[in-house]
Amino acid sequence: MSANLSAIFYLISGILFILALRGLSSPETSRQGNFFGILGMTIAIVVTIFSVGNFSSSIIYVLIVFIIGGSIGAFIAFKIPMTAMPELVAGFHSLVGLAAVFVAISAFLDPDAFNLGSPSNIKLASLIEMSIGAGIGAITFTGSIIAFLKLRGIMSGAPITFPGQHLINLILGITVIALVFYLCKSQSSILFWSIIVISFLIGVLLIIPIGGADMPVVISMLNSYSGWAAAGIGFTLENTALIITGALVGSSGAILSYIMCKGMNRSFISVILGGFGADASTGESQKNKDQKPVKNGNAEDAAFLMKNASSVIIVPGYGMAVAQAQHALREMVDKLKKNGVTIKYAIHPVAGRMPGHMNVLLAEANVPYDEVFELDDINNDFANTDVAFVIGANDVTNPVAKTDPKSPIFGMPVLDVEKCKSVLFVKRSLSPGYAGVDNELFYRDNTLMLFADAKKMTEDIVKNID
Amino acid sequence: MEIDPFIFRLSIFVLAIFVGYYVVWSVTPSLHTPLMSVTNAISSVIIVGAIIAALAGVSENVFEGSKIFGLLAIFLAAINIFGGFLVTQRMLQMYKKKKNKK
Repeated sequence: MSANLSAIFYLISGILFILALRGLSSPETSRQGNFFGILGMTIAIVVTIFSVGNFSSSIIYVLIVFIIGGSIGAFIAFKIPMTAMPELVAGFHSLVGLAAVFVAISAFLDPDAFNLGSPSNIKLASLIEMSIGAGIGAITFTGSIIAFLKLRGIMSGAPITFPGQHLINLILGITVIALVFYLCKSQSSILFWSIIVISFLIGVLLIIPIGGADMPVVISMLNSYSGWAAAGIGFTLENTALIITGALVGSSGAILSYIMCKGMNRSFISVILGGFGADASTGESQKNKDQKPVKNGNAEDAAFLMKNASSVIIVPGYGMAVAQAQHALREMVDKLKKNGVTIKYAIHPVAGRMPGHMNVLLAEANVPYDEVFELDDINNDFANTDVAFVIGANDVTNPVAKTDPKSPIFGMPVLDVEKCKSVLFVKRSLSPGYAGVDNELFYRDNTLMLFADAKKMTEDIVKNID
Repeated sequence: MEIDPFIFRLSIFVLAIFVGYYVVWSVTPSLHTPLMSVTNAISSVIIVGAIIAALAGVSENVFEGSKIFGLLAIFLAAINIFGGFLVTQRMLQMYKKKKNKK
């Protein structure tokens, strides 16, 4: 296949990828969008195989490896529970990162195969591009592994900080840039390997200081990095499909990071610098807590309140995901609807551990998506609602974000659940959320605390509505 | 003076960033998780580089030098392609509208 013809096919697959993202603007068009994505990928793979041409027996190994990898991927995709989506996505990012590193290594070892010159005499631009691809790929790989371990709970979600951390990161970053510079001069392979090794280290150091609650930002950021790594490789290979895809994925991840930061009212820089939730500034509110009375309710009270309400807004959070309570919740809602109660769901942008996490869980439990509302669309409705049912969420409802400029979460957009006539909190204990801030809502007169596992409590409430 | 082909690729790159910017802002927030999994799947198009590495390398033996890295990258990217698209498909199947009002 001529180079020009394959370039046109790569352009087509790039366009199909754009359409794949475009499809996600509404759930109706989204499935078609995913089909475009698959089509674009198929075109890119087939065209590449044909453009190489004289490939002899190697093709068999390529196909075998492809099929084995594909089967593993398909198996994971069918088996993974929806609650584990954040760690799945983090794990997948790490694979893209490592694949980028491997492709860059191949290109460095055998530049002839890619028309980039000969070993030790690689074109200058290609050398820079492949170093960028390899470096960002390596950061994405180890960074995603750490994110995966934290999300999976294998590693503590608490931020790991040590003195001089940022200085070390800075020095390592500058070292990599210097190494790329010398690599261009000497073409020495030891420098190339050093760039990769140091980038692996940067990836680890970059993610360990970031706490569990900031994971939505981290995961979006790594999404973005995997895109930039792909774009770097795309420039090396002079491949339009990769360049377009890299740019799309890179900007997509960047936008998601921005949305997540805004949802927490934190600057991107402060998330990266990390350490949130580790400080001891909450000492005072901890002390006050014991003196304040809390209204403690049970499933019966909750069932009675909601059954007799005319409208209920449900506010799900990470706790619902952990307890896998979405199906029980749906059951509860069905029963309430039979009693003539109007139900809506309110989702905060940073609820859960990744963008859109709660929406997927509710969709899994067959909640129609037109009953699910974003913060801006529903926040005015709380004032006209009888009951807010907060299940596994905490910080995103804390009115202190509106009132106390000294609070670490001040300025964060929150759901105005306190405007409801009564608020039900399903929570395991009075412990503060990830931001380490006590929620004053717990102590209000119109708040009823339901101390239990989210799933257990919801099931008990279901039994009591009849 | 002729324009370096690099400039053309850079132009495509910059324009694609702008396209990505506007397209992603139009994605509804409730589909942000599928957005992440699908962008993850399409970034595995890096497999084209891996295929070239595994097929076009100088060495006869596929388990040698640059070719083995190509094969490894194909393996990783294949997991991602199938895993990414299928899990996206699975999620999108769940987004249904209210069927009928009871």
